[in-house]
Amino acid sequence: MNNTPKTLFDKVWDAHVVRSIPDGPDVFFIDRHFIHEVTSPVAFLGLKNRGVKVMFPEKTFATADHNTPTINQHLPVEDPLSANQLKALEENAAAHGISHWGLGNPKNGIVHVVGPENGITLPGMTVVCGDSHTSTHGAFGAIAFGIGTSEVEMVLSSQCIMQAKAKKMRINVNGKLGKGVTPKDVALFIISQISASGATGYFVEYAGEVFENMSMEGRMTVCNLSIESGARGGMIAPDETTFAYLKGKEKAPKGDAWDTALEYWKTLKTDEGAQFDKELNYSADEIEPQITYGTNPGLGTGISQNIPFASTVKDGEASYKKSLAYMGFAEGEKLIGKKIDYVFLGSCTNGRIEDFRAFASIVKGRKKADNITAWLVPGSHVVEQQIKDEGILDIITAAGFQLRQPGCSACLAMNDDKVPAGKYAVSTSNRNFEGRQGPGSRTLLASPFVAAAAAVTGVVTDPRDLL
Amino acid sequence: MAYDKFNIVKSTAVPLSIENVDTDQIIPARFLKATERKGFGDNLFRDWRYNNDGSPKTDFVLNNSKYSGKILVGGKNFGSGSSREHAAWAIYDYGFRCVVSSFFADIFKNNSLNIGVLPVTVSPEFLAKIYQAIDADPKTELEVNLPDQTITLLATGEKETFAIDGYKKHNMLNGFDDVDYLQAMKNEIQSFATHMVL
Repeated sequence: MNNTPKTLFDKVWDAHVVRSIPDGPDVFFIDRHFIHEVTSPVAFLGLKNRGVKVMFPEKTFATADHNTPTINQHLPVEDPLSANQLKALEENAAAHGISHWGLGNPKNGIVHVVGPENGITLPGMTVVCGDSHTSTHGAFGAIAFGIGTSEVEMVLSSQCIMQAKAKKMRINVNGKLGKGVTPKDVALFIISQISASGATGYFVEYAGEVFENMSMEGRMTVCNLSIESGARGGMIAPDETTFAYLKGKEKAPKGDAWDTALEYWKTLKTDEGAQFDKELNYSADEIEPQITYGTNPGLGTGISQNIPFASTVKDGEASYKKSLAYMGFAEGEKLIGKKIDYVFLGSCTNGRIEDFRAFASIVKGRKKADNITAWLVPGSHVVEQQIKDEGILDIITAAGFQLRQPGCSACLAMNDDKVPAGKYAVSTSNRNFEGRQGPGSRTLLASPFVAAAAAVTGVVTDPRDLL
Repeated sequence: MAYDKFNIVKSTAVPLSIENVDTDQIIPARFLKATERKGFGDNLFRDWRYNNDGSPKTDFVLNNSKYSGKILVGGKNFGSGSSREHAAWAIYDYGFRCVVSSFFADIFKNNSLNIGVLPVTVSPEFLAKIYQAIDADPKTELEVNLPDQTITLLATGEKETFAIDGYKKHNMLNGFDDVDYLQAMKNEIQSFATHMVL
């Protein structure tokens, strides 16, 4: 019996190593594999060319999300290339006996929203998908990360991938979050402190009171954004909040199987004295509502702050200036009051019911600003139904907003939801890269509160003034 | 998918001295709609390379006839963001076999190794030397030697060693891929799977 204290990450990792290759990676077993239409077709083509079958079809789950329209989903998809990818996903899933929640299926939605809400993701699991925001599932105490298409082919054909174990980082945030400060702000704050590459090479465990007191939706938002600091993934130890969320979910264990699983899940926490390669500590009262002003998620700040001067930033000055030039911003400018054209509420980062509740709490009794085009896109049909059931649809409709249908939408603008060149969008999504929301688009990442405040005022507004 | 073996690449290099080059820049999402792996090189750095009307942006390095070669030299945190392997495909398809940087994003690095593009991590100082050398003479050549794990500025002989694990090195030298390795150990995986708790 080895009594060396282990981290949560060690425990889950070590339980999944099939073989350690000397001077090489581990052969790493995968419990849950999500696929979508964009990063899977070439992997299936690879299987076909090799004459190989899917080894464990019951461990892979397909959903269509990246390419799908967010209006008129009952009609044929207009873009022939998108339609072709959706058809390929459907055919590949059928040919290999894989569960497929395509367009129109009541379970359809963004892969990182539907996986957890159906109980597919469970504590202690390893979860991968050809999508970097797979880190979302780490909220359940799973090791979850994004992979490339070659690795999708590996998982389909052998349920394993080759992975070198990452270094370990723990980020502790203690204290109580202030008014109007959300999980999104906590994540953007951390990224702004350590930069968009500050956690590259690491797997992060989030710990401390702030995460302990967070809902599962909030934890998913935080873990989702792990990749934006470069981390391979992020995870949070499962606790009563996790178990309460999972209990009764369709694919979660039931009866005796639940009791057995629960016993195991309760062991999934970092032991006293376990070693991390790096540990960071922050206090909740350092964090105000955040907003980004540059072209990577590390270029963000508190909403009441000014855009930093190039001389004070960690990254190269030339790259920083290029970033501000793209955004049409100047060093030292105030962010409050900047005119906004588009507001996007949705994505695997902030497309869950809590995010719509937050948005509604600000727009309730107010009106959408005339200069704003708003896209409100639920993460799944389940979320869409909750929005209706809770009366949120009535609130947002009265305020002049429309609800669209689920999908990745304007987060990466593969469908028609594109922000035009030069226009400014406050987005609850995860990336403010050049052209991310459409060629030439300019993205300011923020929480649903900040998005709602911009949506009703037409400018960047501190949501605390409206709460 | 099988790829060409990598041994020693001696070539001029294309300097892209920008930090945090994310995979959305390497290949924008709207060009990810194919169901086959071909033609991605045409859209490599699409929005930095072309205007909206499809005309080339003359100030972008890939449109500058002074620079060419099989080696792309990028700034710190190259390949960040989306896990899209299409980014590595586009780089390979365009004709690059090697990307040099002082720092790579993890997923991009894995994806590149899996398809036969060698990511070479050098010190920030050596990266600066490479940029200076190319700036002084765009025809200057670099040698990337995988067996020796060295990268050399041929004009001056200055070199640095780079890291790669033995397993991946063996794969790249021989054009092997991980799927074949995993296929050969399916019984072991099957047996492991039956003992999984979840």
